[in-house]
Amino acid sequence: MSVFLDPALFQSLPRFFTPILLAALGGSLCQRAGVFNIALEGLMLIGAFAAMAGSYAFQSWETGLLFGAAAGLGGALLFAWFSVWRGGDDIVVSIGLNILALGGSAYLLRAVFGARGSFDSPRIIALPQFGLPGLRDIPVIGGAFAAQSLLVWLALFLVPLLAALLARHSFGLRLRAAGENPVALAAAGVNARVIRTEALVICGLLCGLAGAQLSISNVTLFTEGMSSGRGWIAVVIVLMCNARMWLVLLTAVVFGFIDALGFRIQGLGMPQQFTDALPYLLALGVLALAYRNHRNPAKDQG
Amino acid sequence: MTLFRHRLFWPLALTGAVLVSLVLFPSLWQMVLAFLDGAAGGRGHFNFFSTLSRTSLIGGMALSVFLSFRAGLINIGGEGQLVIGGLVAALVGIYLPGPGVLVGVVSLLAAMLAGGLWALLAGFFERVLSVPLLVGSLLLNYPASFIASYLVSHPLRDVNSGIAQSHRIAHGAYLPRFSGTILDYGVLLMAAFGIAIIVVDRSRVFGYRARMQGISPEFARASGFPVTRMYFQILFGSGAIAGAVGFVAVFGIAHRYVDGMLVIPLYAWTGVVAVLLARVNPLWVLPAAFLFAALQTGAAGLEHSAGIPREMAQVVQGVIILFLAAGGQRFLQNTTGEGA
Repeated sequence: MSVFLDPALFQSLPRFFTPILLAALGGSLCQRAGVFNIALEGLMLIGAFAAMAGSYAFQSWETGLLFGAAAGLGGALLFAWFSVWRGGDDIVVSIGLNILALGGSAYLLRAVFGARGSFDSPRIIALPQFGLPGLRDIPVIGGAFAAQSLLVWLALFLVPLLAALLARHSFGLRLRAAGENPVALAAAGVNARVIRTEALVICGLLCGLAGAQLSISNVTLFTEGMSSGRGWIAVVIVLMCNARMWLVLLTAVVFGFIDALGFRIQGLGMPQQFTDALPYLLALGVLALAYRNHRNPAKDQG
Repeated sequence: MTLFRHRLFWPLALTGAVLVSLVLFPSLWQMVLAFLDGAAGGRGHFNFFSTLSRTSLIGGMALSVFLSFRAGLINIGGEGQLVIGGLVAALVGIYLPGPGVLVGVVSLLAAMLAGGLWALLAGFFERVLSVPLLVGSLLLNYPASFIASYLVSHPLRDVNSGIAQSHRIAHGAYLPRFSGTILDYGVLLMAAFGIAIIVVDRSRVFGYRARMQGISPEFARASGFPVTRMYFQILFGSGAIAGAVGFVAVFGIAHRYVDGMLVIPLYAWTGVVAVLLARVNPLWVLPAAFLFAALQTGAAGLEHSAGIPREMAQVVQGVIILFLAAGGQRFLQNTTGEGA
């Protein structure tokens, strides 16, 4: 065990779970508001591209962060327009947005940066990193609290914030009502569509930031399709956690841990494809567990 | 205001804008020609046949998607079923000795069986473990790709070739091509699937029941249809067609399994898009697939002559789906995602 559980593993853990966590938090809000957003993958991807482009163009991480969030926001507004306001099916809109993100980022990569496959440059400035003074000195796991990117801390801060927002704040109440009982919400004089759009906006911002963590923090480059399924893992977390934000954090950390561990085992000679497949197999496993006691309408039909 | 709301306003305005800009900017006209040339031109209409060849893959995936969507099963794991089918076809093609025709037929059947079983796996996850088909089928795409990628990068790799790909399949088992073209007989196989699906959908009890199950699962159950058996039959059929597409890609086009060859061109997703464009109508599935194949080969032509990246085709696809979705039609049933 000591081969694996060393400080370097814990040092790398946050960069694996943060993108998943940010996207899953956003997706949970959407789910609560009654929007089945499975475009997390695409939103994350355009966020990653825009963050790289913003950081490159102005040689500053601030603009990178801004561009990433703005791109996620733009994608989410697109989602909201076609789904919430024009009545499109969430799944169909998500599929469209995912393909658009994949094609659009590859297109721009070639049209603007003249690169195919991936692009990196010393002009891409990474996010600043800092650690927590007390916690980082803990042996072994202290690495998780040392020199992490800004977004890691933001993501961790958002967990209690969003949990409190959902449970205690009037906006959270309206958000839940938009998902559970839009009629009651309308009776209270609130338009569920507006609330859903707001949930999507927050989700877009978070997914954009998740992308920024990928392209200007974990590495400082952009690769076509670099979200590589993390958005789908986030969807799985959304489905099984039911917007219990602390549970979202826990599962995201578990998936991050599997990723980090997989990365490690790879170094020991395990083929990359096996470790890459691990999160998806794990996702299927935990979903089966999470849905174990669910009433299954499909089965009832049988 | 009423003018703007007329249903023909936007299509006409768009067509007008396109025509005007074609007149104003002659270079745009050149690009249109380059696009058409890429989709249908070339020596002896070479590009047209390559569009048809691509149609056989996209169309096959579209048929696979159609089959499940028609019955209300959101199987979007076509990619995994395609990859597994292609991989198994390549394995049989490489290692099974015997006359070419036999190898080809066995490979096709093995690919269909493998694709169907991979789809059933997602069905098992939904019916037994309550994991929604939408998510289960999608998550199974990744292990499929990784298994295939591992096998052709390590144990089964053609080491001399320098890239991650399998050995060539037996030469005698290649799908024959129409003389003088690069179009292989796989397109006939897919056309046969298409016709069979139209016939079953239109004039067989099974097709009626599947359609009813898609429109209203409650009605299907109340009418005493064997819904559980149909669920697995349809899922298996959907996966089997995807597997057959993998066979065509290996035996007709690449003659080996190259890492990523079935995933990177987004065949499976384009199939979904084609079915949505066809509004889940069997008659329009293959024409819609042809349209998207032409869009992709045309975009490749545009890239050669005008330097516009071919990914433009994917952007156009994404935009088309968004507008189709907003058309307000419900394409899918059971899309709540919550254990449905």
